[in-house]
Amino acid sequence: MNNAADIIMIFLVLTNLMLLGLSRLGACIRFVALQGVALGFLPLILNHWDMEVHLVIFSIVIISLKGIVFPWMLNRTLRELASQREVEPFIGYGISIIAGTITLVMCMWLSSRLPFPEPLMSPLIVPVAFFTIMSGLFLIISRKKALTQVLGYLVLENGIYAFGVALVGKQPMLVELGILLDIFVAVFVMGIAIFHINREFDHIDTDQLSRLRS
Amino acid sequence: MMTILKFANPILGLVIAPFLLGVINRTKAVFAGRTGQPLLQPYYDIWKLLRKGAVYSRTTSWIFRAGPVLGLAVTLTAALLMPFGGIPAAIAFKGDLILFIYLFGLMRFFTVISAMDTGSSLEGMGASREVTFSAMSEPALLIGLAAIAKCTGYISLTQMFSSVVPELWLRSGPALVLAGVALLIVFLAENCRIPVDDPNTHLELTMIHEVMALDHGGPDFGFILYSAALKMWLLGQILIGIAVPIHTGNVWLDTPAAIAGMLLLAVVVGVIESSMARLRLLHVPQLLIGATTLSVLALVLR
Repeated sequence: MNNAADIIMIFLVLTNLMLLGLSRLGACIRFVALQGVALGFLPLILNHWDMEVHLVIFSIVIISLKGIVFPWMLNRTLRELASQREVEPFIGYGISIIAGTITLVMCMWLSSRLPFPEPLMSPLIVPVAFFTIMSGLFLIISRKKALTQVLGYLVLENGIYAFGVALVGKQPMLVELGILLDIFVAVFVMGIAIFHINREFDHIDTDQLSRLRS
Repeated sequence: MMTILKFANPILGLVIAPFLLGVINRTKAVFAGRTGQPLLQPYYDIWKLLRKGAVYSRTTSWIFRAGPVLGLAVTLTAALLMPFGGIPAAIAFKGDLILFIYLFGLMRFFTVISAMDTGSSLEGMGASREVTFSAMSEPALLIGLAAIAKCTGYISLTQMFSSVVPELWLRSGPALVLAGVALLIVFLAENCRIPVDDPNTHLELTMIHEVMALDHGGPDFGFILYSAALKMWLLGQILIGIAVPIHTGNVWLDTPAAIAGMLLLAVVVGVIESSMARLRLLHVPQLLIGATTLSVLALVLR
């Protein structure tokens, strides 16, 4: 039983549920950043804090990207949007949280049925990683604003990252860094895209974008 | 000696419970920079009310008079089921935690129908709010207790709380913390404390519990105050049972520790009330759903 990893996993679940229930975009960005920082410590914890150079560099890159750069870019976009700071969900906050709880229980059940070749560091990692992926998807489909969909995308990536770190340990750092670069570019592009959508249409409501074709 | 010890919790409750209200009020007064009312003020209030006569409306029936009496009787019965400190409960059997929870359900039912009995639309509104919110806090309480039962492996309150020891905290600390936070929210909601209901408010449109007791006067209202204090005492013991895991086996050491825990809880409630504003009614369900979620999480984790 690895208690530090368990605590990070529970923190991940709590932040996911907070994200499902929060109504302020600024607070949502802060929680995604917190989630990223907590995940940055995960590779170090899973390798029992042995300070190998590439592990430390990897953690620092993760924390600075997910905890500082992404929130900074998203906050800048949020400032451009001026008076549109509410999440505006398709599905209400209370029902979102209930749906999240049901999803969590389902993920627990699902991962208890999956066979793994070797015992994992913490029994919670797989269900929580699944749950993070699912709640990222839920955020993408159940919220109107383009900015929230970027947040959902980041949460989704956090889930994939947790899953990867838990399963394959320290080998694929290069792959992870490649994915991180992709996401960095993606968030960058999405930030610019949101800015342009906003300037063109005075809102970032994707619901109305689907009616553009005539 | 043993027979007296068996009834220790109801007796201690009757003696100490109103004091908790005094401690909460004093904490709030200190935060606000006031001197505040005397610590024993709730006792004076109850004594004053018990000496008065009661006035009953002609439209009310026996249900209206039965409500407060039943409330006090039911809370005292629930006290028999609850262990306190090192003292085991007078009545203990497998699954008594469900009886414990639904005794409070019975009390709520009688408070609600005696409020509806007056025929006042305002009391009907209060009753509707009380029932709505309790329907959401009940699953949180039930699942939270189930989570603790799963951690300890016992489904009787006495065995459950006597096996919450420091080693259990090391083994399943996260689950206990989650269940504890959920139970704290339920504690605040059930006792009508601040994030859910303001006990000091007399603005009719915002209050929940207070509005149902508007037509009760004299000894009846005294009973309502007393049973509310006892309810706080009992629900607080669930929290103390988790958060103060002191079981030395010596009754004269464990019981003072538990009483000190209760007083600390009262101070914590006072701090929460001084530092938070009451939530809008629309946001209360969200808080209670959050509490239920935390309970479910605690149950799933372990």
